[in-house]
Amino acid sequence: MTPTLSITDQPIDVAAALAAVQTDAAGAVNAFIGTVRNQSGGRPVRRLHYESYDSMALTQLGHVVAQAVEKWPMLQEVAVVHRKGTLELGDVAVVVAVATPHRAESFAACQFIIDTLKQVVTIWKREEYEDGTEWVAAHP
Amino acid sequence: MSLKVALFGITRDIVGTSVIELPAPAPATVGELLAEMRRQYPALGELRSCAVAVNNEYAALDQSLHTVDEIALIPPVAGG
Repeated sequence: MTPTLSITDQPIDVAAALAAVQTDAAGAVNAFIGTVRNQSGGRPVRRLHYESYDSMALTQLGHVVAQAVEKWPMLQEVAVVHRKGTLELGDVAVVVAVATPHRAESFAACQFIIDTLKQVVTIWKREEYEDGTEWVAAHP
Repeated sequence: MSLKVALFGITRDIVGTSVIELPAPAPATVGELLAEMRRQYPALGELRSCAVAVNNEYAALDQSLHTVDEIALIPPVAGG
């Protein structure tokens, strides 16, 4: 299985990500779609700016998918597409799509991949508020 | 030996450039690099975390650094 992994500054084509994991061997396709929310901790957010260290982000994403395959050997296909640059409210920031023979593993593997992505993949998020900006999670 | 260190996110804001060159004698290990960067830019020490990447992998503190390595500071990531 060769996962579809990409970091793009263009709007994410969710249908294309779903199509990338389609396979006749899978009875379940599970997708997580992360979108830009209008507030963070009660503070209104106007838009988000994502920055990526692309080569490392793709390397680490590859490791995350490899870990998922170890945990769920029945994983048939995986696609992860992450947006970078400036995103407006409602824009799709990330899509994780997985295909497995049955549904239980598809939920678990999809959650594992998005959760682990958030911990290790070298992408940074700057929230823009009415009165300034802040790098998310930078400070304790 | 000199080193180039790529900076992203808040570390780029703190240092004020996207690549910093540390002239010889440059730090020999990841731990020495972090100590030197925090000495020059104390605000780096206020971050929740600051890792070092060598050739696209997270590096341990005792890992040796070489001029040919692709080195980067990795502040707390926030993808998704």
